[in-house]
Amino acid sequence: MTASPRPSRNQSRSVLLNASGICKHFGDFTANDDVSFSIGEGEIHALLGENGAGKSTFVKMIYGLMQPDSGQIEWRGQPTVIRSPQHARELGIGMVFQHFSLFQALTVAENIALALPPGESLADLADRVRRMSAEYGIGVDPDARVHNLSVGQQQRVEIVRCLLQDPSLLIMDEPTSVLTPQETGQLFDVLRRFSEAGVAILFISHKLEEIRALTERATVLRRGRNVGTVDTAGQSSKQLAEMMVGDSVGDIAGQAQPGSQTSALLEVESLNRPAGTAFATPLRQICFAARAGEVLGIAGIAGNGQDELMEALTGEWRGQGADVIRIDNVDITREGPSRRRQHGLGFVPEERNGHAAVPSMTLSDNALLTSHSLGRVVTRGLVDEAATRAMAAEVAGAFDVRLPQENPMASALSGGNLQKFVVGREISKRPRVFIVSQPTWGVDVGAALSIRTAILDLAAAGSAVVMISQDLEEIFAISHRVAVLYDGALSEAMVTADVTAETLGLLMGGSETASAMAAEVQA
Amino acid sequence: MLEDLILTVLMTSVPLVYAATGELIVERSGVLNLGVEGMMLMGAVAAFGIAMVSGSLVLGVIAGGLAGMLTAALFGILVLGFATNQVATGLALTIFGAGLSGLVGAPLIGHAIEGLPVLRIPLLSDLPTVGKLVFSHDLMAYGAVILVAAVAYFLKRTRAGLVLRAIGDNHDSAHALGYSVLGVRFMAVLFGGLMAGFGGAYLPLALTPHWAEGMTAGRGWIALALVVFASWMPWRVLVGALIFGGITIMQLAGQARGWTVPSQFLSMLPYLATIVVLVLISRNREFALANSPACLGRAFHAGK
Repeated sequence: MTASPRPSRNQSRSVLLNASGICKHFGDFTANDDVSFSIGEGEIHALLGENGAGKSTFVKMIYGLMQPDSGQIEWRGQPTVIRSPQHARELGIGMVFQHFSLFQALTVAENIALALPPGESLADLADRVRRMSAEYGIGVDPDARVHNLSVGQQQRVEIVRCLLQDPSLLIMDEPTSVLTPQETGQLFDVLRRFSEAGVAILFISHKLEEIRALTERATVLRRGRNVGTVDTAGQSSKQLAEMMVGDSVGDIAGQAQPGSQTSALLEVESLNRPAGTAFATPLRQICFAARAGEVLGIAGIAGNGQDELMEALTGEWRGQGADVIRIDNVDITREGPSRRRQHGLGFVPEERNGHAAVPSMTLSDNALLTSHSLGRVVTRGLVDEAATRAMAAEVAGAFDVRLPQENPMASALSGGNLQKFVVGREISKRPRVFIVSQPTWGVDVGAALSIRTAILDLAAAGSAVVMISQDLEEIFAISHRVAVLYDGALSEAMVTADVTAETLGLLMGGSETASAMAAEVQA
Repeated sequence: MLEDLILTVLMTSVPLVYAATGELIVERSGVLNLGVEGMMLMGAVAAFGIAMVSGSLVLGVIAGGLAGMLTAALFGILVLGFATNQVATGLALTIFGAGLSGLVGAPLIGHAIEGLPVLRIPLLSDLPTVGKLVFSHDLMAYGAVILVAAVAYFLKRTRAGLVLRAIGDNHDSAHALGYSVLGVRFMAVLFGGLMAGFGGAYLPLALTPHWAEGMTAGRGWIALALVVFASWMPWRVLVGALIFGGITIMQLAGQARGWTVPSQFLSMLPYLATIVVLVLISRNREFALANSPACLGRAFHAGK
């Protein structure tokens, strides 16, 4: 389907920024291909697209972090070359990054001072922050040290930092990816107030419901190309999704519960883990069972114990006592990762670079790292080089990993390709129990689809899959049951088809009423 | 007798204060320069040579500082311009400085000069004990205290100091805000070299007024340890330098008095103390996050 650009609802508004024919290449890769975009004063405009569609590249050029290879940017009607972030700020363009650019060791006031022109004392600035914080209901303490703040609070610091520069255009790169649905609602209230005060907001997201709730117009990017600009009010989420993804890519519908009640392959009972550091989340009385043939989703906002749970399940952190974690009724509570693999566990941690794979080692060496204890490629302490290469090549072939050369370094692969490799490496060993964290984080649509299909195929073949994910769409697409991790405690598992996003959202925010609702669903 | 001993301790700690305060600024900007020993030796040989030839101690001090700064500039170009490994480059700088200073200094061996004169502060220096210990030093010793105060003020109170700390904490964010990461780091490296050069110059100009090859005798390494010992805080450098200087003098005094404790054990003490501090810091995450530069030793690539 195609959509033609429509005029803005509010014709009287003057155009603030107009970009036309923007192109940007990185080597052979075309990140932006003839992208055009315009935003008016006080408008809330969405930039929509999948991971890798070129959204971040585009806004980096508007913010002066990169220069376009060709194309023109007009600011308030004047052709302008935005030379640097500093220049962008002087023009009145502010940006809140997806990954925060705050200085952890400094105080909130110091962080903000760094983004402002010199001349104001820290004490005066702290007063201004307090006033602005009260005016918009943001709740930021200027004297706090940033590393003591929650993710949501850090984001608010970023926003205040931008606002104090009095911008006429505020760019927000996926601001809600780290927030609960309730925090998202509060953020939207704040953003609407800015819009009323005349600040234009460029809102980047791939979450369709949010875009429909907040924005007036949306510009959709797909594989670096501009697919069209539409009035969001006139579009259904489905229409937007089709524009974003293109009709060439298929989709996975929600999963029905596997027919019969199958046996539990992985059982976790009263898993407790004290917090190792002041910033870790302690795990509290975690109980769940993953059955043969199912994908058990574990939802939750980052920092609620996902990392700690993953480490406890893989054996990177080893527990005390007996019968806390069992695979096929074998107690593995005190075993390390290699022994757990021998018992039929396969796992892929969240971070590809440095955790799931060693970037500076070849794919065959990376394949060896998780199979050395399984007896196929190592005999009497010697590595069978040919066998590891064959194993790596087999994984690459079966999971459509595109290799720039034969047996490349892991670092030579793009994020999506490497993710397909590390997931494929585990799945090809046919683990009885497969544990994966954020399987499609930062991966393009095509790769995400093939990874999700592979996970479902593994479950269909009789394995149990535990998928820790912060992506609710992913949870709804491929999990049969879902439990929510909040503040180190895990909710009862619910049948995914019976749960609404709202219930999960409330549970992810730790709401009591949600627990009661969940109990009803459970019953 | 005790007064003389304390006076020696104070003088021994002066070069440590200069070198460590300079390195503190370097490390706060996120660069680890292990070449302090080499820079100090370059400073020492240049200071002695120029002072001897020109007959001016002031010119000697300036020459020492500039020699340290030039050596640091070489380090800065390699590490910041070509993004070489900081640890390897720093070690190479130490070896380079030791070799070159030995070569340049060969004709200087056996000569002696008049050391830096003591500046008695009028009236105050006449006080009993305190007058001798606190108000009867050479210019560079007073300068060391002023330096620490200035650096503490710079880091805590000035905007430039804030930018420096920010770059050491998160160079990517600092770059995104439009600060010149490499530019600031290069300035910091030059300052570190200047201070190491001053520290080196103090040895042949005040402490032992002659030149000998390798005369720093590990003071560069102690200065490096001192920065960690001080947990990157300027005033603690001053305190640490007095402690480390005291330990150094205890070795000599102990040998003269026939102590049974082996002097090697005493020379280990600064490093042992540093390891203890490192353990204490890493156990206290809150403290580590607030004070140790998170980007220390990491190369910065713009446009990543």
